[in-house]
Amino acid sequence: MLRLECLRAVYPELERCLVVTIMGATAAELHSLGHRGNFFYLQHAMGLASSTGLGLALSLPDQKIVVFDGDGSLLMNLGSLSTMARYQPKNLVHVVFDNESLLSVGGFPTATSTGTDLEGVARAAGVPKVFTVRTVEDFKTAVKNALDGTHLTTIVAKVEATGPAAYVTDLSLVENRFQFRRHIQSLKKSRR
Amino acid sequence: MPVSAESSKVIFDALKHCDVRLISALPETWLVHLIRMADDDPEMILVRLAKEEEGVGISAGAHFAGVKSAMLMQNHGFLASINGIVSFAHLYKIPLLMLISYRGSFGERDPWQTQGGNVTEALLRAMGIPYSFLDGVENVEKRIRQAQTLAESSLQPVALLLTRDLMWEE
Repeated sequence: MLRLECLRAVYPELERCLVVTIMGATAAELHSLGHRGNFFYLQHAMGLASSTGLGLALSLPDQKIVVFDGDGSLLMNLGSLSTMARYQPKNLVHVVFDNESLLSVGGFPTATSTGTDLEGVARAAGVPKVFTVRTVEDFKTAVKNALDGTHLTTIVAKVEATGPAAYVTDLSLVENRFQFRRHIQSLKKSRR
Repeated sequence: MPVSAESSKVIFDALKHCDVRLISALPETWLVHLIRMADDDPEMILVRLAKEEEGVGISAGAHFAGVKSAMLMQNHGFLASINGIVSFAHLYKIPLLMLISYRGSFGERDPWQTQGGNVTEALLRAMGIPYSFLDGVENVEKRIRQAQTLAESSLQPVALLLTRDLMWEE
């Protein structure tokens, strides 16, 4: 299963969400499908994409939040699973693309390549709904169900360790950040 | 426990007056009253962390959402947050209001706190983080408001060091 195909399969669903991605291939691939003002790419600070999603979810309880995390990033901040599980925001969908590799820095194998089971870790941390998916169809269904549901969900998507040729996009980090915040503020105004 | 409940209340009230509605925290002795007050207040979202660096992401999310936040941590928690501060808050120009208990400074009896005390201000300076002190109840509200104002106008992290004189009664 390719991460790009997973992203393409759920891309229409993302229109109604706020989306936070990790750095590198995940950010570049989502951007390549067509950037939107509701996408924020965290191009460093590995591990904090899920924390950012949690901050958004707790601050905006009526807004669906999707985090596209990765095995390397999540392994740097496993405590985030316990913090998310502690507050269980109903509006947070936490996707982990697990390619068993730190692909963006040259493909070094992570601990999921030697047996660490992120589904098991998330479940044991207390995340109420946890799934592992291996096909694009199952991925699409899992994400749609999580978005339509009312439980914090972690979806571990086992994907191949392949990515785009380049990671740098033409969107500056700071421009992305201001655009994302402005998008959220405009949503809040239109709901008043 | 000689942690000052009175000073903690002054700090908490000041945060409320500054419209802070989300506090991330990891307990340490000097912060126990503050964390309890945040927990008891239905208007405050308290996020108890596993590690302080998570608070950078949580505060960034709150900022995007238009919610004012503050981070409560020990100076060792600040040390544990440095990559998040540099590669998120600084990189993306995110305002952070950091209240950091200044352990390991003059009067510290716990040997395990002393090394962190030595490096706290030097690291804040090295990182270019503006900082000041909360050292008496009379200036708490003004300093917190000034720190928040600077964080938001400059779009960067600003730190207030909670001192022994303010937090500890003996």
